[in-house]
Amino acid sequence: MVIERKWKKWLMFYIPMAVFIVFTLFPFYWMAVTAMRPDGELYRTFRQANATPFWTLEPTLEHFKGLLQTTAFPQWLWNTMLIAVVSTIISLICGMFAGYALARLKFRGSEFLGTIIFITYLVPQTLLFIPLADIIRNMQLGNTPWALMLTYPTFLIPFCTWLLMGYFKTIPRELEECARIDGATRFGAMIRIIFPVAIPGILSAGIFAFTLSWNEFIYALIFMSSAELKTVPVGVVSELIRGDIFFWGQLMAGALLGSIPVALVYSFFVEYYVTGLTGSVKG
Amino acid sequence: MSAAAPTERGRVSPLVRLLESESVLATALLVPGVLILVLFIAYPFVMALWYSLTSIRVGEAGQFVGLANFAKAWNDTIFQTAFKNTVFYTFWATIFKLALGMWLALLLNRSFRFKRIVRASMLLPFIIPTVLSAFAWRWMFDPTFSVMNWVLYHSGVITDRLPFLSDGDWAMWCAVAVNTWRGMPFFAITLLAGLQTISPDLHEAAALDGASAWHRFWHVTWPLLLPVTLVVVVFSVIQTFSDFQLIYVLTGGGPANSTHLIATYAYQVGVASGLLGEGAALSLFMFPVLFAVVWVQLRYMKRMEGH
Repeated sequence: MVIERKWKKWLMFYIPMAVFIVFTLFPFYWMAVTAMRPDGELYRTFRQANATPFWTLEPTLEHFKGLLQTTAFPQWLWNTMLIAVVSTIISLICGMFAGYALARLKFRGSEFLGTIIFITYLVPQTLLFIPLADIIRNMQLGNTPWALMLTYPTFLIPFCTWLLMGYFKTIPRELEECARIDGATRFGAMIRIIFPVAIPGILSAGIFAFTLSWNEFIYALIFMSSAELKTVPVGVVSELIRGDIFFWGQLMAGALLGSIPVALVYSFFVEYYVTGLTGSVKG
Repeated sequence: MSAAAPTERGRVSPLVRLLESESVLATALLVPGVLILVLFIAYPFVMALWYSLTSIRVGEAGQFVGLANFAKAWNDTIFQTAFKNTVFYTFWATIFKLALGMWLALLLNRSFRFKRIVRASMLLPFIIPTVLSAFAWRWMFDPTFSVMNWVLYHSGVITDRLPFLSDGDWAMWCAVAVNTWRGMPFFAITLLAGLQTISPDLHEAAALDGASAWHRFWHVTWPLLLPVTLVVVVFSVIQTFSDFQLIYVLTGGGPANSTHLIATYAYQVGVASGLLGEGAALSLFMFPVLFAVVWVQLRYMKRMEGH
């Protein structure tokens, strides 16, 4: 061990770490405090004296009530959940199949296809949203959940394929060969031997894909126009700002409630998420 | 390969036999994914190229106009500002994310109490939908009710409010700060994963040789971390350069169109005003930069495979 003096440890470790923690978490804390502050206390200018700027003595649920009563928020939550789950499942299935083919099977053009999938991985949504909106409209998918369930996989499939390809390569070939000697078909060996062994990798890819779908904004903003079909991020932006008026209490209540499901999923699968995250950038 | 056919015990359906061929099975497995990617990436890309050469609007077919849309964008002062902003935003946000992310990774690489929960909570800005957290920031930057102005005013640092989002230059720095806040965890956690693969023995040896902490970082950690760093930077540059949601929520491109990024301006022209051709051309201005970054990344990967 490199020995360290006490004051040095405070200077080099505790203080910077504390600053990082405050910087990272303060916006979430502020979101929660704002959501629970009564309006009378919320709109005090920065010049006014305020006995309790960083918390409130009269916490209220009126913003949450207002949010649930005057908007379709529960419906947005449900839409977001459904779209995130379906697009994650579609992407996982496609990614598992494609990843297996690229990792294990010999065929012409496999390297080329791998490169192409890697390139699509790096195509941002903002490059193609204008023609894509037209395509969606022409396919009669506009303003239906399928518009998002089919387009989110465009950024999830490349990621899942890439991550799972790497994972499949780490599984020893002998496992499959044993199964094939026992009479399994190639397809059967893949389904019954390789996929179950790869469950940690599949879970990582799935959790990561779920959080990405929950986070998506521009496609949902453009493809969905009816208020009751919106996802949480789009609903909060378009329905809680009326004209130029921001309903800050309700906005923060919506931001908080909209973050909780994805934060919960994340907290249960932190390790898998981290594997997915670090795997997402490995060549 | 597939001549060894232990599967032909009993009757095997023709489909199963067909799938024993590696190339047939590979094709079947790749079709669903490739179909979605062709339909919703390759096809829109071709359409984007075509749109950008026409005067198409919502509800109006439009005509071929050659490079007129690109020429118009080139001479458009709002676009020039948006392009400069995008470069500025990408450059500074990436520098800050890398520097702070590296520092955080080094801190997290030590052993301390509650390490797991601290590490997990550090990723929250990256998990929580950007639009929602950007609203919290917008509220913190609010001209009249800003908590930061409150603190600075009451501690006597300022006598008048700071114009966080009401001045174009300030607003760009605010956007850089929020982007840094959001992206720093991604850098920190991936770099931490890289740090954990570095053997502590190397540091011990360097320390015994009398190397200072800074020298140990610069001559031992940094060179070993360089490959991971490069990949993380490439991903971050692409994400930041094409960013939309953060600016959309934080400033909406204002005040007076001074904080647009290429993507938000393309949205304003292509979707809000319905000028599909011009909007598509504006988006495509991102392409050369993205292409260059991806090309560098691919070259680098090829070189790594060679080793």
